[in-house]
Amino acid sequence: MTIYLFYFLSFLAILCGLMVVLEKNPVHSVLYLIITFFAIAGHYILLNAQFLAVVHVIVYAGAIMVLFLFVIMLLNLNKETEPHKTNLVKFAAVISAGLLLVVLVAALRGTESLPSPSTINADMGLVKNLGKVLFNQFLLPFETASLLFLAAMVGAVMLGKRDIK
Amino acid sequence: MKYIYDFSFLTSKIHNWFLAHCSSGWTILWEMVIVGLCAITLFVVLGLIFVYMERKVAAFMQFRLGPNRVGPKGTLQAVADTVKLLMKEGFTPQAADMFLFNLAPFIVLSVSMLALAPLPFAKGLQIYDINIGVFYISAVSSISVIGILIAGWASNNKYSLLGAMRSGAQIVSYELSAGLSVIAIVAFAGSMSLSDIVESQRTGWWIFKGHIPAVIAFVIFIIAGTAELNRAPFDMAEAESELTGGFHTEYTGMRFAMFFLAEYVNMFVVCAIGATLFLGGWMPLHFGNLSGFNHIMDYVPPFVWFFGKTFFLVWVIMWFRWTFPRLRIDQLLTLEWKYLMPISLVNMIIVAFVVIMKWHF
Repeated sequence: MTIYLFYFLSFLAILCGLMVVLEKNPVHSVLYLIITFFAIAGHYILLNAQFLAVVHVIVYAGAIMVLFLFVIMLLNLNKETEPHKTNLVKFAAVISAGLLLVVLVAALRGTESLPSPSTINADMGLVKNLGKVLFNQFLLPFETASLLFLAAMVGAVMLGKRDIK
Repeated sequence: MKYIYDFSFLTSKIHNWFLAHCSSGWTILWEMVIVGLCAITLFVVLGLIFVYMERKVAAFMQFRLGPNRVGPKGTLQAVADTVKLLMKEGFTPQAADMFLFNLAPFIVLSVSMLALAPLPFAKGLQIYDINIGVFYISAVSSISVIGILIAGWASNNKYSLLGAMRSGAQIVSYELSAGLSVIAIVAFAGSMSLSDIVESQRTGWWIFKGHIPAVIAFVIFIIAGTAELNRAPFDMAEAESELTGGFHTEYTGMRFAMFFLAEYVNMFVVCAIGATLFLGGWMPLHFGNLSGFNHIMDYVPPFVWFFGKTFFLVWVIMWFRWTFPRLRIDQLLTLEWKYLMPISLVNMIIVAFVVIMKWHF
């Protein structure tokens, strides 16, 4: 049963990921991206990491994508207003995306040696364990990340101010 | 008699009956079908009750009679309205994005349906007890913004788009203080599962046990909940005098009714969460040592307690509508970001302190 769900979610994620790139209308692209995020959240649930799945939905589908939609809908981008890109820019984009793919494939090759998920404690992803790990083992990175968010927020407020002296 | 007080007898009976007659896979499937049918029935019934209740409460507040022609005391008015909406032609604007325009009402409606899943309606009557129930609801309710934005954008109408933007900005910002006030109760109860939170209120409701921080959290939750529902005094999204109806300006007939129904079901969900977290869910009203009083209260079935508390909160929210004038959009965002948000952040620290010092009962 779960293996079929896994294949279905993977297929959905890859298909919608491709549609994000192929779709001409930017609003449709964002909506496909939202479906991709939901498929990935489904993968988290299959790994019994419900907290992570819900956080994924809140942060990506609920907050970031809503901001994307806001901006794109207000600008009302479509085929006519799309800025024309030169061939050089397109070429550079293809090269950099290809390099990113190489890096990802290289990173994923190492995962073959990892223990399979079934041998790890099944309750690993539940909020109790996650909280304990975050606030003991990874306390410093966790707090640093929140500092980073604070800095970004202050920066955004500064940029949004009308009269900077 | 025991069936009314504890639904787990009924649910286990149904479960065993299915297990005896078909395989476990089919049992799950059939139970899902039953749950889905129950949820849809609840949807329709709630819609009818709330439409009637809203009009009667409004009439009561304004010293009018309200609907009184269709059926005894106007009780069939909502049914007549539904039939009228079914008969209307549902048309799509010519320049609209056809697919998304038709999809948006379904997204909004199914999202509010998803939020019903972890709610404990009565003892043993809960669709799915997730260990992160509270968090799941806030995740699901944040998705409804996407449906509203799609509806506003796909209509290809400036008023709709502006209404959707306002609605989105409002829901996204008020979600923060609603979430923070929910976290206060999560800290008190020590669990995110809604059934555990109800169980932790066996000795008393959190609004009594949690001292002043719980009361502050409750007030903030009700304000933020009203704003998330886009109801007056926060109904910027559909301010009729400015936006001719907000994000659903272009919707007609049954598709409009779906937005309407989703709004009422969302109201039920918000009030049910408020009742579950702060007012004890299906737990009867108990006072510490008055065993005689507590015993009498136990005779009232749990689902009566749950729906009674929920409908009380619904009534409070309807009361708001006729008490406070509508806010301006800048006042609305100021209220959230400059007042409610700092207050709820400080409140959260106080709650953490109270929980660590074990000052709550």
